[in-house]
Amino acid sequence: MKILVCITNVPDTTAKISFTDNNTKFNKAGVQYIIGPYDDYALARAVELKEAQGGTITVLHVGEADSDPQIRKALAIGADDAIRVNTEPADSYYVATQIAHIAQQNSYDLILMGRESIDFNSGVVHGLVGEMLGIPSFSPVMKLDIKDGKAEFAREIDGGKEYLEATLPLVLGCQEPIAEWKIPNMRGIMTARTKPLQVVEPVSVDDMTSLESYSLPAPKGECKMIPVEEAEKLITLLRTEAKVL
Amino acid sequence: MSVLIFVELDNGTIKKTSQEAIFYGAKVADMLQTSATVLAIGQASEEALSSAGKFGAAKVLHAADDKLNHENSLAYADVLTQAVQQEGSKVVVMAKSGLGDAVAARSAAKLKASVVSGVTDLPEVTGGFKVKRGIYTGKAFATVEVKSDIKVLVVKKNAVEVAENDGNAQVESFSPTLRDSDFAATVKEVQKASSELSLTEADIIVSGGRGMKGPENWDPLVDLANALGAATGCSKPVSDLDWRPHHEHIGQTGIKVAPNLYIACGISGAIQHLAGVNGSKCIVVINKDPEAPFFKAADYGIVGDVFDVLPRLTKAVEATK
Repeated sequence: MKILVCITNVPDTTAKISFTDNNTKFNKAGVQYIIGPYDDYALARAVELKEAQGGTITVLHVGEADSDPQIRKALAIGADDAIRVNTEPADSYYVATQIAHIAQQNSYDLILMGRESIDFNSGVVHGLVGEMLGIPSFSPVMKLDIKDGKAEFAREIDGGKEYLEATLPLVLGCQEPIAEWKIPNMRGIMTARTKPLQVVEPVSVDDMTSLESYSLPAPKGECKMIPVEEAEKLITLLRTEAKVL
Repeated sequence: MSVLIFVELDNGTIKKTSQEAIFYGAKVADMLQTSATVLAIGQASEEALSSAGKFGAAKVLHAADDKLNHENSLAYADVLTQAVQQEGSKVVVMAKSGLGDAVAARSAAKLKASVVSGVTDLPEVTGGFKVKRGIYTGKAFATVEVKSDIKVLVVKKNAVEVAENDGNAQVESFSPTLRDSDFAATVKEVQKASSELSLTEADIIVSGGRGMKGPENWDPLVDLANALGAATGCSKPVSDLDWRPHHEHIGQTGIKVAPNLYIACGISGAIQHLAGVNGSKCIVVINKDPEAPFFKAADYGIVGDVFDVLPRLTKAVEATK
């Protein structure tokens, strides 16, 4: 089985968000980057499937060279090789076009990625890639098994989950608890250094969106503290002051 | 060339977040001097569908083929694409949800349209079509100019303040061509707590963290939720410990919610949890630790024992109903 795992390189969940260049560039200074947490789940499940059933895992990233440490980490966790499309991603459509282009050349059985990136939170790349390749896509997938060329999987739906079965190839957007995150071991880290990381140039895509500016939410007002002995007052305040009841 | 709004149905009625999407789409239609058309897929009465008029829609296309009764993003995207082509729509609107994103993505790829997900405000339409969206899990916004001919907007809860009128929409039946590839997945089983109020739809959420000390202690929280007509949620440690089901987990890697009122009980307020609730209009934090970081993100705070405070709040709600 050939598995493609697409990963994002995103600021750590605790990173402080700020912008430079007149609010048109994200301020990377002092920000720790990580593999997108949802992509990490996708990668972990891919490694488990490979360990159980054999096959190969290719990691794909659309981004610039500063993502290479995260790509190496994915190789250390258990991917066999990696492809980086060397470009600054413009938007979801652009990224999906690059992924679809790579996938068309390699015919993967399974294309996994996180349900969304935690920087732009669109949650649409898997659907775009699926449609561009003319194969089914599903998200958010929280359980996945492969048997005889078929995927048996569970999707989270409003207030519950549904169990589905579909024939490969498929594109799946993943989330917990599909697998436990994996931490690379020393052997993995050593072998990752020599695993192939191929850098390719992007295909051209029509200009769909362009960034005007970034902004931050208005600062939150003071928290109004209510003494515990007057806790009941909260209900009155929610009715008359906040007007949310 | 009307604005087309894809709505989600729940037991034959238009979901609340979809009603907001209709209102949003109708506002955009006003700006572009056109009308708003709704696409509803699945079973619903004509009366329920014509209520789309209350939110500004002129017309509802109803695709009621029995094959479409079960939520299916592949088929729904196919149906939506055909509706967009029939109406010649240039702007497509839907509410942000797992289904909304999937339908938006697949139809956008079919239509060669750009898709902007997580929209938090009405667009600006003079001098280019510009729209604001949430990024970094609600910690920032990006304003983008959308340049493609067809634009698909996936709108977050509370992007607009809905005002109802007394209009009625005209309901037309819509019979798209369905393909085998639309039914590529076989549904084996659906597990759904049908009586539960859904977190993404709820106006009020009462949520519990590790400070609740164990699954057997959830009653006072549920009592308050019931008194308020609220949904119940929880923090990540609570769902990891299996005290509560996974679909109640609110946060960075769980569900993102945007209720009018979010009441956090015994949740310290880790940044990953805050990322899931920062769309809430009003946040109340009840925690016995005055240093809990959640107080910094709250509108109202009570430093106290949840097992003392919660029953008293429930009584206060019931006494003043």
